Amino acid sequence: MTRVPIALRTEALEQLLVERGLVDPKVMDGFIKMYETDVGPLNGAKVVAKAWTDPEYKARLLENGTAAVAELGFRGPQGEHIVVVENTPDVHNVVVCTLCSCYPWPLLGLPPAWYKDPAYRARVVKEPRTVLAEMGLQLADDVQIQVWDSSSEVRYFVLPERPAGTEGFTEEQLAPLVTRDTMAGVARVMA
Amino acid sequence: MSNVQPATGIHDMGGTDGWGRAPVPVPNEPVFEDRWQARAFALALLSMRLSGTNLDAFRHAMDRLDRADYLDDGYYGRWLHGAENLLYDSSIIAPGAVEARATNLSGGRVEEPPAPEPNKPDYAPTAAGSIRSVEAPQKYKVGDRVRAKTVEPAGHTRLPRYVMGHEGTVVIVEPAQLLPDTHAHFQGENAQWVYTVRFDSHELFGADAERFDLNIDLYEDYLEEAA
Repeated sequence: MTRVPIALRTEALEQLLVERGLVDPKVMDGFIKMYETDVGPLNGAKVVAKAWTDPEYKARLLENGTAAVAELGFRGPQGEHIVVVENTPDVHNVVVCTLCSCYPWPLLGLPPAWYKDPAYRARVVKEPRTVLAEMGLQLADDVQIQVWDSSSEVRYFVLPERPAGTEGFTEEQLAPLVTRDTMAGVARVMA
Repeated sequence: MSNVQPATGIHDMGGTDGWGRAPVPVPNEPVFEDRWQARAFALALLSMRLSGTNLDAFRHAMDRLDRADYLDDGYYGRWLHGAENLLYDSSIIAPGAVEARATNLSGGRVEEPPAPEPNKPDYAPTAAGSIRSVEAPQKYKVGDRVRAKTVEPAGHTRLPRYVMGHEGTVVIVEPAQLLPDTHAHFQGENAQWVYTVRFDSHELFGADAERFDLNIDLYEDYLEEAA
């Protein structure tokens, strides 16, 4: 039997459910729009920029990530319990979900292609230094790597290192430097 | 209805080889590369509700996919196939209905199976989300040495094979959560403590492995005291 092309398969399922009144296409549009435009890595970048400029906020963030990100209004599906892990000159944290692709949606939106790739899921828990190098992040030999496999409903979020040369920057100047990949631990923030 | 079937195991890829190089991240990639992915995403979210199931059942619906359905159409491909499984399990759509409609959408003329009588699980969670309060004291504390059990699960589990049989140290006591292994099959929440356990890479992968620590969340039922 030939395989039904996935786009056609999706259309067929949507049509079957819509014509029986089980699914409202407008509700579908709403979900899609939310994750295309409202919920994305800009949220996480705000959290990081605030933590870099406000030591008390940073302390709260590391103590109780869920409550600290909720202070900025970030909560929702896949954000029930957030644990924030801090990168330092000595320790590098990197996040994965080997069993599916669990990811902190309220802070980072839906996961990017690399996060969902079997090569990343399979290998970052076995040879993270090699995997990070393949992805463009070279870590010094004396940097200790902590890999976090998101197997429960806890969602891990990396607080990246603040780059040198940004000492006088405001939160608003810092946030745009903080890219998606730095908050999952596969890239460094560049000034 | 029952959805208790063993996983194919394709999803349990942690520590496996043969996948090639890790992809180089693409900055500013679109959230959905193709339109069907966005539709599949939304359909899957709605299918959990429509089928009267839950997130753990959805994960198990993907864990049951064969190699092609899991991998060939990527992440949202497995979401769509997983959503279909939920809808078949709860008799919201008939087996063969999607293929028949797809044929008719592309100019064919085949008879479509009639919509079946829905048969949703007689089961509801006790609260929203997965975090629960439990009366039971924590069996382990930070610093305790524990071993991940070695099991051959009959259905869903969040205990991956690559940690089974290995010993590590509890580093965080996480909030208690309902147990996916039973909740996915509508057999009860079995709320229990969850522990983040840290494993030495040499314990997991031998003395020639890269040096690093692997941290993973393990439900209390998955653990036993280290010898």
